[in-house]
Amino acid sequence: MNSAKISRSPVDPAVLFKAVFLAIVAIFVLVPLLATLLGGFKSLGELRVNPFGLPRQWEWQNYSDILFSARYWQLLRNSLIISSLAVVLTLITASMAAFTFAHVKFYGSSMLLSYLTLGLLFPAATAVLPLFIKVRDLGLLDTYFGVALPQVAFSLAMSVLLLRRFFKDIPYELLEAALVDGCSYIKFFRYVTLPLSRPILATVGTITFVNSWNAYLLPLVMLNTDALYPWPLGIMVYQGEYSSEWHLILAFITLTILPTIILFLLAQKHIVAGLTAGAVKG
Amino acid sequence: MEAGQLTVARRIANSPAIGVAGTPFSSLAVRGPAWDGRFTVLILFLPPALLLFTLFVVLPIGEAAWYSAFNWNGFGRPTNWIGFDNYRFVLETRAFWLALRNNGLIIAVSLAIQLPLALTLALMLAERFRGSVALRMLFFMPYILAEIATGLIFSFVYDGDYGLVASIWRSFGAEPPHLLASTDTSMLAVLIVIVWKYFGFHMMLFIAALQSLDKSLIEAARIDGATRWQALRHVVIPLLYPTIRLSVFFAIVGSLQLFDLVMPLTRGGPADSSNTMVSFLYNNGISRMRVGYGSAIGVILFAICVTFAFTYKRWFMRDE
Repeated sequence: MNSAKISRSPVDPAVLFKAVFLAIVAIFVLVPLLATLLGGFKSLGELRVNPFGLPRQWEWQNYSDILFSARYWQLLRNSLIISSLAVVLTLITASMAAFTFAHVKFYGSSMLLSYLTLGLLFPAATAVLPLFIKVRDLGLLDTYFGVALPQVAFSLAMSVLLLRRFFKDIPYELLEAALVDGCSYIKFFRYVTLPLSRPILATVGTITFVNSWNAYLLPLVMLNTDALYPWPLGIMVYQGEYSSEWHLILAFITLTILPTIILFLLAQKHIVAGLTAGAVKG
Repeated sequence: MEAGQLTVARRIANSPAIGVAGTPFSSLAVRGPAWDGRFTVLILFLPPALLLFTLFVVLPIGEAAWYSAFNWNGFGRPTNWIGFDNYRFVLETRAFWLALRNNGLIIAVSLAIQLPLALTLALMLAERFRGSVALRMLFFMPYILAEIATGLIFSFVYDGDYGLVASIWRSFGAEPPHLLASTDTSMLAVLIVIVWKYFGFHMMLFIAALQSLDKSLIEAARIDGATRWQALRHVVIPLLYPTIRLSVFFAIVGSLQLFDLVMPLTRGGPADSSNTMVSFLYNNGISRMRVGYGSAIGVILFAICVTFAFTYKRWFMRDE
């Protein structure tokens, strides 16, 4: 007992510093999030005097009113439609192009690939006015496709690069062997490449989904009808309507970021790997 | 395909006689089934991506350069040619230079505060201990939240009547400030949110890099008598240089496209004090449908992005 006490070293100042530092950063990150969640359970009056603590009276109605409103579900539905369109179209077009760049040798291949990667150089915002006019001239203004197609176009560069890198690792002999056996390129793509590439497809899908789900500028420019708004637009409208009724706005924010947080907790490894890998390898 | 068949087929494929499948078809004389197959793939697989990319990415940039020479509100065809006047108007706008300065501030804060913070946290969290994974996830979480939601959360935090900051101020008996409504503090408030939202992403980049480091180098340094600090300063950090350069690159690119976060917080105001390049473009070009003027801003932003990307790659990322 005595000897144990003696041998135990005093608290290492480095460890103590580390613990304090981590705690401070954790509080810095957590407090705004928790205050938002809890604020949704308070009345406006209580929010003003007690924005940090637990609600004295839990106002479940703030949340239930939103959850039972058609508006909330319509926003999520619109977001889901646009993001799904973007993901599906990106995966199809990018994987087909990446397959061609990875396995089919043809004149101009590297030139076309550099052409596509030009898309990495500048953000969508730079050309958003001409893009608006283009989408209008195509008759796609105020449609889901008017938002999703440009999103696909802007995610192509990164997606093709990531997919191509992965496809190239599939042994070339496998393709040669299949071709000799009378399997076509297209069948090989469908029955060998795609099934073998699930991890990278999931990564590209995740990046595209998160970007599209969170996007604000493109839908803001392309959509005029409230009924088509995805949630980032809808929540801004909501905030405009309830300007200082913060308890309602906080409940609405909590409910709209809830799907993202649930998805993140369920698939955290995948999302972290996807978002950082996408960034690094791009 | 059966496994047995596959090995046989591979053996055949590897024999030199059938090497045709691997040669480029620039010699049109070789027109086997492989060439036909390739042709079908080229015709079917490339156009969708190329078409979408050309239509929605490349053409609009080209058209921005064209439209920027007109005074045009977007209806009918552009007819009122004014040459380079739009660029002159942009450069004469005080708000443009404020936006540029703000982008510079964002980059400065990213380099001076966010990057060291992310690196320190990464060094602390790279080794596993109880709670380290949970902390990593917590710190990464702000990054996946939509910028719009983040902006709204912080416009509550900063709210002068109901917000967290106001409450802290009041507890000291002081009159709560309206941070977002003052030209002096609006940009500071935005900068804090930027650090809150993005440090976790940079931390994850560093953690990924740290985990793939060759541990024996650090051990060797320690055995040779280097202190922990010396090993960190002279071994670990130099090995992280490529990641640091990458992180700086993302910080700068991110600052140049920052928009969503600013809108719910300040909309670029008050008096343009917290505009970024993109929110300046939105407020002055898009929301008023001044296509020519807005396109000129877009072209300037494009030029900045491309110049930056090329010089940065050439100067700092030669080896990658």
